[in-house]
Amino acid sequence: MRLKVIDSQRCVGCQSCMFACSRRFGQAGLANTCMNVVSAGGMSKGFKVIVCRACKEPPCAKACPVDAFVVNPKGGIKLKPELCVGCKNCIDACILGAIQWNEETAKPLACIQCGLCVKYCPHHVIEIVEH
Amino acid sequence: MKIENSFSKVLYIDLSKKTFFVEERYDLFSKYLGGTGVATQLLKENCKEGADPLSEDNTLVLAVSPFAGVFPLASKTVAMFKSPLTGDLGESHAGGRSAISIRSTGYGAIVINGKSSVPVYLSIHNGKVRFRNAYTLWGMRSCFQAGAIIRERESGSGIRAIMRIGKAGENGVAYSAVTTETYRHFGRLGMGAVMGSKNLKALVVSGKNSIPLADKKLYREVYNEIYDAAVKSDVMKKYHDIGTSGNVLSLQKIGALPTKNLQEGKFEKAKEIDGVHIAEHYLGRRVACAHCPVGCIHIANIREPHPNEPYFYKTAQVSYDYELLFALGSMLGIGDEKGMLKLIDEVEAYCLDAMSTGVVLAWTTEMYEKGLINIEQLNGLELKWGDWETYIKTVEQIVNQPNDFYKALAKGVAHASKIYGGEDFALAFGKNEMPGYHTGPGCHIGYAIGTRHSHLCNAGYSLDQKMIVDGTKETPQSIVDSLMKEEKWRQILSSLNLCFFARGIYTMDVIKRGLKSVGFDLTEEEINSIGEQIYAEKYSFKFREGFSFANQKWPKRIFETKSPSIEFDPKFMDEALAYAEKKIRELL
Ligand code: SF4
Ligand code: SF4
Ligand code: SF4
Repeated sequence: MRLKVIDSQRCVGCQSCMFACSRRFGQAGLANTCMNVVSAGGMSKGFKVIVCRACKEPPCAKACPVDAFVVNPKGGIKLKPELCVGCKNCIDACILGAIQWNEETAKPLACIQCGLCVKYCPHHVIEIVEH
Repeated sequence: MKIENSFSKVLYIDLSKKTFFVEERYDLFSKYLGGTGVATQLLKENCKEGADPLSEDNTLVLAVSPFAGVFPLASKTVAMFKSPLTGDLGESHAGGRSAISIRSTGYGAIVINGKSSVPVYLSIHNGKVRFRNAYTLWGMRSCFQAGAIIRERESGSGIRAIMRIGKAGENGVAYSAVTTETYRHFGRLGMGAVMGSKNLKALVVSGKNSIPLADKKLYREVYNEIYDAAVKSDVMKKYHDIGTSGNVLSLQKIGALPTKNLQEGKFEKAKEIDGVHIAEHYLGRRVACAHCPVGCIHIANIREPHPNEPYFYKTAQVSYDYELLFALGSMLGIGDEKGMLKLIDEVEAYCLDAMSTGVVLAWTTEMYEKGLINIEQLNGLELKWGDWETYIKTVEQIVNQPNDFYKALAKGVAHASKIYGGEDFALAFGKNEMPGYHTGPGCHIGYAIGTRHSHLCNAGYSLDQKMIVDGTKETPQSIVDSLMKEEKWRQILSSLNLCFFARGIYTMDVIKRGLKSVGFDLTEEEINSIGEQIYAEKYSFKFREGFSFANQKWPKRIFETKSPSIEFDPKFMDEALAYAEKKIRELL
């Protein structure tokens, strides 16, 4: 399963998805969100919804000097935070900007394709689909 | 992190010295929650008594709350300052990403004092403050451009708020606004001019602090309740579908749509400027404030051809809601919806408050029509109802203030009418220009005694409606009692940064349990008493700065143009004022 943006034109920029993702960690706020919604050059132009595409051969994982990502053979990654040295190589390697950063732990945040965000998008912008 | 640390730090900025410091103020947040409650205290502590609103002695406070970044629709930052328009309490609320970003950068409130020697903007990321030179942004015609430039320079894409003023604020127009995220405004009482007088062009704020919770299980429960009510029930339907702009025809139907400076309560072209018509022909996109699943911001696309180049078009994206359609539509007799949208775009580019601008233009038109001002005073602009092209030019004059007359207009309709006459039809209450409801005595009393930013969302409108529908006969006293009761409750809503559109969702029970989940264990009585205290504290600031009930005058026009509710005369209204004063003094 992977997270997919089905129609970013319908996105209103409410960030409900980001808040939902972040809540998985038992906190409020946006500290732990694994996705990002940014304006497409100002709100008047709409929004870009940036999610991880669950690559089969993920450049982010390849760029990691300490192999902190476990790669799912069907696609997608999982971070082992205990290995991560906080170098941000993964952030540079994903040209979508799909890896987020937790400022407090100084570690990356990578989507686990769980689909919680989908449940909280009021406008059906995102979906969980088969690989 | 302790929960209270996550919302109770106050950032103090001194623009004169370009210094800042942070202080723990749990004393204030534990007593007044946040938002309005805390901002009132910080304003009282920092703003010098009798301060000139456009001097370094004024203070600008931005306050969030334990609900910001925690619950949906807790999106409205509360700004407080001494108002250059009314000379007393200035309160203004705006959404966008402002509340979430202030909380997430680590502060519960930001207090801005002093005045910078050069134009600056403040950049606050992850709690770190920088003063940046804004010289090159000063004097730029459009605040959209200034926003775009800051956007390119600064980090925090997706999670930042860019709160900026336009030329109106720089030039000290007493009803200039502050725009955030292109389409949201700290409107009404002149926050733009306060920032302008401090040489402060903008604030950029971002952060991603985590926010701890006291009771995670309860939190999830309350969160889902609120979220479901916002997206699945009918409570919010009127805000997301057509939006408030559908009010044009609702008010038209009952004859409460202020038209041509309230000479009438009906507008023959109401249909053209109503939300349904605009949605059908122009609606291009809907946008939301951060953490609001509703998405009530409606944006119209207008396409115009270049005046002398073929196949050359520009498209503007203009946000609209009821207040704009009334103020820059029916109030000015503009029934050409495209022209109205262009006028709105112009007003927004200068970052003026749309309601006040509309009321000022309407008064000026009537003054000219009646021969009380002449064409020289207007600098050659021949104002006529419906003529949006001339109104666009007039707006520019208000911003640039080339002569004494325009200088007076820039101070508001109450000020201008004192000099030039026409006070009977200068539609301001406590020097603040009227919003778009002429439903009856309830709304007008509400404008006059309200303590909040816009005086809009007072309960007067629904009281009037009840009288229209059920035929109930309210007295001056019963109206004041209801308004005051609701006002006290709404202090709680704004102290928690809640969008007033969500007041149907945020019942006492929801608020109580929500507060518990973030570490406030309060009873209903305690919550109500906090609301009452905040209400009283705001009045005490108003009185401190010279507000007096005796100075309140009713514009004659509200009695001349019939409203759909019960009959009311000056005696009725004065009785209400006297009773309100008595009741309010009892609280102090
Ligand atoms: S983070 Fe980027 S590179 Fe890594 S799997 Fe996701 S989309 Fe691919
Ligand atoms: S799928 Fe799960 S981990 Fe990925 S962005 Fe959505 S909520 Fe976050
Ligand atoms: S929840 Fe949906 S509409 Fe809201 S920001 Fe996320 S993708 Fe956009």
